[in-house]
Amino acid sequence: MTRFNHLKTTALAIALAGSAAIAVPAHADIKIGSSLAITGPASFLGDPEAKTLKMLVNELNANGGINGEKIDLIMYDDAADPNQARTFATRLVEDDEVVAVIGGTSTGATMAMIPVFEEAKVPFISLAGAVVIIDPVKKWVFKTPHTDLMACGKIFEDIKARGLSKVGLISGTGGFGKSMHEQCLSVAGKYGIDIVADETYGPKDADMTPQLTKIAGAAGLQAVVNPGFGQGPAIVTRNFKQLNIKVPLYQSHGVASKSFIDLAGDAAEGVRLPASALLVADMLDDSDPQKAVVVGYRDAYVAETGQPVSTFGGHAYDAFHILVNAIKSAGSNNPAAIRDAIENTKGFIGTAGEVNMSATDHLGLDLNAFKMLEIRDGDWTIVK
Amino acid sequence: MSELLQFFFSGITVGAIYSLVALGFIIIYNSSGVVNFAQGEFVMLGGMSTVFLFNAGVPLAIAAVAAILITCLVGIALNKLAIEPAKGASVVTLIIITIGASIFIRGMAQLVFDKQFHRFPSFSGDDPFLIGGATILPQGVWMIAGAIAVFIGLFVFFTYSLTGKAVLATSNNKLAARLVGISTNMMMTLSFGLSAAIGALAGVLVTPITLTSYDVGIALALKGFAAAILGGMGSPFGALVGGILVGLIEAMTAGYISSEYKDAASFIVILAVLFVMPNGIFGRSTIDRV
Amino acid sequence: MKLTKLSPKILTLLALALLVIIAPMFFPSSFYYRIGALIFINGLAVIGLVILVGYAGQISLGHAGFVGIGAYSCALAPEHLGISPVLAVFLGAFLSGLLAWLVGRPILRLRGHYLAVATLGFGILIYMVLSNEAQWTGGPDGMAVQATGLKALLKSMGFKVSASEMWYWIAAVVMMIGALIALNLHTSPTGRALRSLHDSEVAAGTVGVNVANYKLSAFVISAIYTSVSGSELALMNRFISPDVAGFLHSVELLTMTVLGGAATVFGAVIGAAILTSLPQVLTVLHDFEHIVLGLIMMLVMIFMREGLVPSLAKILRRRPK
Repeated sequence: MTRFNHLKTTALAIALAGSAAIAVPAHADIKIGSSLAITGPASFLGDPEAKTLKMLVNELNANGGINGEKIDLIMYDDAADPNQARTFATRLVEDDEVVAVIGGTSTGATMAMIPVFEEAKVPFISLAGAVVIIDPVKKWVFKTPHTDLMACGKIFEDIKARGLSKVGLISGTGGFGKSMHEQCLSVAGKYGIDIVADETYGPKDADMTPQLTKIAGAAGLQAVVNPGFGQGPAIVTRNFKQLNIKVPLYQSHGVASKSFIDLAGDAAEGVRLPASALLVADMLDDSDPQKAVVVGYRDAYVAETGQPVSTFGGHAYDAFHILVNAIKSAGSNNPAAIRDAIENTKGFIGTAGEVNMSATDHLGLDLNAFKMLEIRDGDWTIVK
Repeated sequence: MSELLQFFFSGITVGAIYSLVALGFIIIYNSSGVVNFAQGEFVMLGGMSTVFLFNAGVPLAIAAVAAILITCLVGIALNKLAIEPAKGASVVTLIIITIGASIFIRGMAQLVFDKQFHRFPSFSGDDPFLIGGATILPQGVWMIAGAIAVFIGLFVFFTYSLTGKAVLATSNNKLAARLVGISTNMMMTLSFGLSAAIGALAGVLVTPITLTSYDVGIALALKGFAAAILGGMGSPFGALVGGILVGLIEAMTAGYISSEYKDAASFIVILAVLFVMPNGIFGRSTIDRV
Repeated sequence: MKLTKLSPKILTLLALALLVIIAPMFFPSSFYYRIGALIFINGLAVIGLVILVGYAGQISLGHAGFVGIGAYSCALAPEHLGISPVLAVFLGAFLSGLLAWLVGRPILRLRGHYLAVATLGFGILIYMVLSNEAQWTGGPDGMAVQATGLKALLKSMGFKVSASEMWYWIAAVVMMIGALIALNLHTSPTGRALRSLHDSEVAAGTVGVNVANYKLSAFVISAIYTSVSGSELALMNRFISPDVAGFLHSVELLTMTVLGGAATVFGAVIGAAILTSLPQVLTVLHDFEHIVLGLIMMLVMIFMREGLVPSLAKILRRRPK
C-alpha cells in the first residue's frame, strides 16, 4: 500500500509541476515511438496494447506529462509483418526521431526491428513473448511479458507437483506456438518430463481431432500441453472435450484473456494455464503489492474501452510505466540515459509481477511472477 | 478402426466448410466468369453479424436470417458498385478488384465490429454423437447437411429452373443471352446476392465450430477456391466433392503422416490432379475461339 | 532533337533515371531512402511479372515463393556453405530459375483460373517449407542475415553513408539493369513472340510460335527477377521471415503489376511506388487505412483498367494539340 501512496504523491507532484508548466509552454514534447500489430493475425494482442498505450499517454498528459513535458506518442501498425515493422522502426528513428520505442507485438516483428534500434542506440521495450529477444542480452532491448521458456517451466513444475510426467504436446505453427514448443522441448528433461506425443496445427485450422486422437493414443499419456494463441487453443479445448480425453489439459499464457473462457465454453472447465495476476485482480490478498496496480489498470481499461482486460494490454501498461519511470529518473530525454535508467529498474510492481532488471537480465521477472490458474465455473481461480 | 473413423469425421466436417465456400464461388463464376476473392468476406460477415445481433439480444434464428440478408445486400452492392462498372475487364483486373473489395470489407468490419474472436452457441448443443468409437459434433452434422442441401438446391436451380438456365446462358455468351431476352445485368445481381447469401449461411453454420473474427475470410477464400478448382470450376457437384476431398486429405495427412504438412498435402494433390486433368475432376474442357 | 522522336525504350530509361536521381533532393530525412530502396526492390520483382503477365499474358499467384527462395538463399548459404552473401544472390537466382524451369512446363499447360490456383499452391508449398523447417529457417519468427560487408568496405574507402542510403543506390542500379533487359526483350523476336501469346495462344501456335517454350522462358525469367528482389530485401533488412514468401506478398506484387499497367516497365515501377509508399502515407488515417487501400485498388481498376500509366497516357494523347 505504501508504494501506491508513494505513486499517488508522485502523481500529485507531477500534476502540480504540469500545471506550472502550462504557463511556460517552451518545452518540446518527449517523442515516444511504437509499432504494434494493430491489425493482422496478432491484432487481438496488438489492439489492447494500442488502446492501453493511448489511454496511458492521455492520462499522463492530462496530468501534466513528465516534468512538465508532454508525451507525444507516434504509433504505427505493422500488422505483425517483420518487413513492415523494419520500415516503421527506421521511420521512428530517422524521421520521427523518437527517444524510445515500445512495441513489437510479435516476436518476428521485434527481431526485425532490433538491429535498427541497436544501431541507432534507441532504447526499445518489446511486448513479444519469445526468450530469444532478451537472451542473449542486447544492450538496447528490453521486454515486459514473461518468456515462453518461463511458461514451460511453470507448467512442467505444476505437472510434476501433481505426480505426472508423460506429456503430449499440441502446438500452433504460428511464431508463438513454434517458439514455445522449442522451449518446452528444451527444458522438459530438466523437470523430468517425458514428451510422449508431439503434434501441431495451423493457425486457421477448424478441427484438431485427428491430432488429439493421435495424442490420446500415446502410451501412458498423463497430461497435454497446448502452446499457441488466437482461436486455435479454444478449438483444441473444445475438441479435447469432444473426444473425452481424461488427462489434465494445460494452455499457455498466450490465451490469458476472458474471451478464451467464453470461446471454449464448458470445455474450459479444469483447464490450467500460467498467467499474470491481472486476470485474478479481485482474488489477490489485500496485502499483495500487485493488487492496487492490477485493479487500477483493469478498472481504467474497462472504463475506457468497454472491453474486458487481457494480459496483453498489461504488457503495454508495464512497458509504458517502466519507460516513464526511467525518463523521470534519468532526468533527461537522452536515449542513452533513458536506457541506463531502464536497466536500473528495481522493485517496479507491474501487471506481470515485480520487475528487477540488471545488466544481465533485461526482463527482470522470475517464475514467482506467474500464477498458475485453473478455470472453474467459467472463471479463473488461483491454484495454491 | 475408430481412429480412421475419427479422421474421417474430422475430414468431412472441415470439408463441408470448404464445400460451402466453393459453392458460393461457382455461382458468381457461372454467371460472370469472375472469381470473387471476397467470397471469404461473405462468410465472415455472416458469422460476425450473427454474433453481434445475438449478443445484442436478438434470438439466434432471427439473428442468423438477418445476417444472411445483410450479407446478401453487401453482395448485390459489390456487383452494382464494383463489378458491373468494370464490365469487359480482363481476368487479372477482375481478380484485383475483388481483392480490393475484400480488403475494403475487412477494413469496414474491423471498425463496425472489433478485432476479437467470437462464437455463438451451437444449434443443438455440444454433446457429441458416438459412432463406432469416434465422435462427431451435432454442429458438424448441421454443416454437412447444409453443404448437401445447398448443393441440391443449386443443382435443381441450374438444371431445371428457367432462371438458373438464364444465369448459365449469361456466362456462356452474354450477347446471345441478351438477344434471347435475358436481362444479363439482372442475372449478375441475382447471382451475387445468392452467392453472398450462401457464404453468409456458411458463416452461420460454421462459427460455433471454427469461431470467427474480422479476418477469417482470406484463409477460407483460398481453400474454397482451391476446392472449387479441384472439383472443376463451375460444377456444383465438383465444388461439393472438391471441398470434402480437401478436408479428408488434410485430416488423413494430419492423422497418418504429419500434421505440419497437412495443408501442403492438399495443395500437392490439387497440383497433381491439375497436371493430369487440367480442368479439374468434373470440369468440362473449353474450346478457344481465335 | 525532339523528345517525341526518342524510342519508348530510351524514354522509359531516361524517365526512370531522372526519377532515381532527382527524388533524393526532396527527401526530408534518410528514412525516405529506405522507402525508395523498397520501391526499387519491389519494382524489380514487378518488372519480372510484367514479362510474365504483361508480355506473355499468364498469371501467377505464387511468385512470392521465388522471393522466399532468393531471400533465404542469402540467409542460409553464407551460414552453411560459407559463401559470401553477395554470391548467394546468384545462387538464389539460379535455384529459382531451375525450380521455375522444372515446375513451369506442367503448370503452364493450365489456363486462367486453373493456372492461378496451381501457382497459388506452388507458392504456398514454398512458404510452408520455410515456415515449418524451423531448425534451418528459424520458423515463422524468421532469422537474421549476415551483413554484406559493403558498408564497411565503403567506409574503409572513405565514404560514410547510411545503410538506407547505400541500399537506395544499389536497388536503383539493379532495377535499372532489370528494366534495360526487359525493355530489350520487349522489342526482340522473343518479346514479339511472347506478346503474340498474350493476344491468342492458339493463333500464335498455328503461325509457328513454340507456345510452351516461350511461356516457360517468361516464367523462368520472371522467377529470376523476383528471386533477386528477395535477395536484396534479405540483405538490406539483415533479417528475413517466411511472410515474404506468403500468398499476401504474391497478391501485393501482382497488384503492383496491374495497378501501374501490366504491359509496361514504367507502369510496373509506378505501381510498385504507389503500393509501397501508400501504407506510409495512410498511417495518418489509422483505423481507416484498409478501407482506403481497398477503395483505391477498386477505383483504379474500374476506371483505369489497363493500369495507371497506359490509361493516363491515353488521356494525354487524346488531348487536342
